[in-house]
Amino acid sequence: MKSFWALLSRDVILAVREGGAIGTALGFFLVVVSLMPLGLGPDLNLLSRIAAGVLWIALLLAALLSLNRIFEADHEDGTLDVLATGPLPLELVTVAKSLAHWITTGIPLAIMAPVLGILLNLDLAAYPILVATTLAGTPAVSFLGAIGAALTMKTRRGGLLLALIVLPLYVPTLIFGISAVSAGAGPAGVGASFLILAAISLVAIVLGPLAAAAALRVQLQ
Amino acid sequence: MQLIAEDLVIDRGSRRIIDGLSFAVKGGEALVLTGANGIGKTTLLRTLAGFIRPFRGVIRLDGGDDELTLGEQSHVVGHTNAVKSSLSVAENAGFWNTYLNVGLDSGQDPALRIAASLRHFGLEDLSDFPAAYLSAGQKRRLGLARLLVARRPVWLLDEPTASLDTASSERLVAAVNDHTSSGGLAVIATHLPLGLERARTLDLAAQRMAA
Repeated sequence: MKSFWALLSRDVILAVREGGAIGTALGFFLVVVSLMPLGLGPDLNLLSRIAAGVLWIALLLAALLSLNRIFEADHEDGTLDVLATGPLPLELVTVAKSLAHWITTGIPLAIMAPVLGILLNLDLAAYPILVATTLAGTPAVSFLGAIGAALTMKTRRGGLLLALIVLPLYVPTLIFGISAVSAGAGPAGVGASFLILAAISLVAIVLGPLAAAAALRVQLQ
Repeated sequence: MQLIAEDLVIDRGSRRIIDGLSFAVKGGEALVLTGANGIGKTTLLRTLAGFIRPFRGVIRLDGGDDELTLGEQSHVVGHTNAVKSSLSVAENAGFWNTYLNVGLDSGQDPALRIAASLRHFGLEDLSDFPAAYLSAGQKRRLGLARLLVARRPVWLLDEPTASLDTASSERLVAAVNDHTSSGGLAVIATHLPLGLERARTLDLAAQRMAA
């Protein structure tokens, strides 16, 4: 357990000190969302109708930008070899690294989402739900993303390949994330979508590391 | 303690790199692997560490911990140093100490152990420095300090003296000699005569000719 915390805190410290990845993700999120009203014109009704979808899609794309650094940096400098011979099984190494990615990317993006909601004239009542759904949905983004990151670890400039592998896996998260926010009509609809979204994240937290660790074992050969 | 490899056959892609290699390294002994570039030294070391599955053959550590794989009882030092540039020298060493040390030995104060390892490789004055500012040789020394930061019975070193000056190579040789004299074993791939005590040489080129 000590090893797990050591790895988790090291990854968080590295992400904060190196900074670039978090900044890029947040900046990309900001730019994509603020381009939307410029492209669609100042139709406030239209904007507030599509706000949830735009925010979720932009969030997924922004998170995608930082996924490749989950394993790539550690592979390049040889750290992954040592982590693999350490006391933690590779599955738990993957959990620690995905969790660190969620803390340093998922949480900042989720906090930033309501701020950008203002730009899209998002319904005021939807703000708490938006924060709750992005917080509950982003673990799936990090843990499923780890699978793609492990598979493309050795590919030079594998960013596009990573997007092709990972984006289809995000479809359930996207569908239920959007429907939880825009189902504002009735509390029953929100509740159901939110619970399914949380369930998807829980499944991703369990299955993502297993798949990513299997991919890492092949890649380390 | 004894590391035994029996009738080892290793393929990389469709090429057979190692064909029918058998050897044994006893505790207190160092095995030096030699041979031209591309002969399979790195492949053999990565197979011993458990990264590559051999096509045929057995690798086992007699007298080790049965609960752990050979890789989990080994220090693996490859061509890269596993040094993070945005952490300081002491933070790098401290991370490996916390990460690797679980359950293997708890008797010694971690801070003392880290300080001693850095001192052995002449890095004690640099401990608060960010690793990004180190030279290639200093980074290598920090990578090697990992060997002393946590205790493990088997050392698998792949060209450990790359980019080291003579004095630093001697520090490494001293570390390996200490390790073997306290019962540990080491497998080292190198092109340079290191002057290790209690060392045997396994020439992979000669072995391939024989096979």
